[in-house]
Amino acid sequence: MQSPGLSLKDSNRSTTMDFELTAEQQSAKDRFREWVDRNIVPVADEHDASEETPPELIANMASAGFLGGVISPEYGGGGMDALTWGLLCEQVGRGSASLLSLLTVHGMVSQVISRWGSDQQRKKWLPKLASGEVVGAFGLSEPKHGSDAGNIESEASLQEEGYYLLNGEKRWISYGMTATLFLIFAKADGKMTAFLVERNMEGFRSEPIRGMLGFRAAGLARLVLKDIKVPAENVVGKPGFGFSHIASTALDLGRYCIAWGCTGLSQAALDAALDYSGERKQFGKQLNEHQLIQEMLSDMIVNTKAARLMCYHAAFLKESGEPSMLLETSAVKYYTSRVAVSSANSAIQIHGANGFSSDYPVQRYYRDAKIMEVIEGSSQIQQIIIARSGYQQHLVEKRDRAAKVNTSVTSDPQ
Amino acid sequence: MNTVESSIRSFLGKYVSDPDIDADLDLFASGMVSSLYAMQLVLFVEKEYGIEIANEDLDYENFKSVNAITGFITERQ
Repeated sequence: MQSPGLSLKDSNRSTTMDFELTAEQQSAKDRFREWVDRNIVPVADEHDASEETPPELIANMASAGFLGGVISPEYGGGGMDALTWGLLCEQVGRGSASLLSLLTVHGMVSQVISRWGSDQQRKKWLPKLASGEVVGAFGLSEPKHGSDAGNIESEASLQEEGYYLLNGEKRWISYGMTATLFLIFAKADGKMTAFLVERNMEGFRSEPIRGMLGFRAAGLARLVLKDIKVPAENVVGKPGFGFSHIASTALDLGRYCIAWGCTGLSQAALDAALDYSGERKQFGKQLNEHQLIQEMLSDMIVNTKAARLMCYHAAFLKESGEPSMLLETSAVKYYTSRVAVSSANSAIQIHGANGFSSDYPVQRYYRDAKIMEVIEGSSQIQQIIIARSGYQQHLVEKRDRAAKVNTSVTSDPQ
Repeated sequence: MNTVESSIRSFLGKYVSDPDIDADLDLFASGMVSSLYAMQLVLFVEKEYGIEIANEDLDYENFKSVNAITGFITERQ
């Protein structure tokens, strides 16, 4: 299904591009922006400083329908189309990267259960995830394995009694101190497998990780999993498909959310820079009248616009179910995270010494932007994917062009 | 070659240099495809044939080769 309001091609004309939002999407965007301006922007620095997200704010996000955005209305969710979900991530990312990470990991768990869960898992968990009664988190990274996720050391073994005995340790788990449902990856008798693990299962322990550079309000945690008895019906998908299908599905949504969120973060840095440079005077004129400041502002404006356009394209591919969307979300996450870092960096530069002060949010933007280049696949992992697929595409196009030339030569009577 | 196999080879042609491979060649074991290919194949089958692939379909035997994918699609159509 093609996303309404995002038609890149009109079959009745040669080729047109239309990035207009539908009335519903515009209305949703306006609502998201207003909600974020009222509920997140005024408190984001305070939560960053205290390194916590108040539970009532999470409850408010749930009441606003944000936590159930990707969940079908059949289970009480919002059933947002890909573009509307992206617009929500952009606005939340503009307000707080920590809360963006909540939307991301909660959305990843919801998406995986929707996509690969059993009927029983969908009926049991999706209504609770949609209402916010249950907060989900994603547990793949370990102390010794981040990018090298295929070699994680957490293990599970199927017992005669019909449950898995799970042991391992997870680290850097966003909202790991808050969530009550975790999508945990482990090798089940050697096969990569995804499990739904509940906080109240015996043997589960979470410890806070504090003093991080970014995502300070995201309740990062270390998870200790010791002899947890996980019922076999808590396996999502099947043993052996944990990475190729379950983690891939989750990470694709995660990268998509992060990409939109980075666009929002870049916009926030730009807005702050435009405000500051429009008010402050040096050498007798406003900062934004100085050409070297204008250079930074113009790059921020153009880069943010380019990031948003790439997100729109990714939304179109995601909505239409194009197989190429997996590569595009990788590319758009890579690009937008770089843009976010660049914009936040320029925003600090324009603010001068004030940019380092907690009186201004741009230092938070910079700290949060940097972590975007690491989570849900580091920039270097994305570059491997992008470069390899680019080369493959090049070979295929070259092969197809050569075949066409050969065909035309063969059919040419001369 | 039937139309299903032809369309699978056309899809596969985007990801491997020579899609004219043995129909029984194990695509995953041969290392010809990337880690993203497995999900791209799921999306292709769903979009092209309107088949919803669910958790119970997650069986290596359904997707490992051109013949396996052709058989899976033909059976579900």
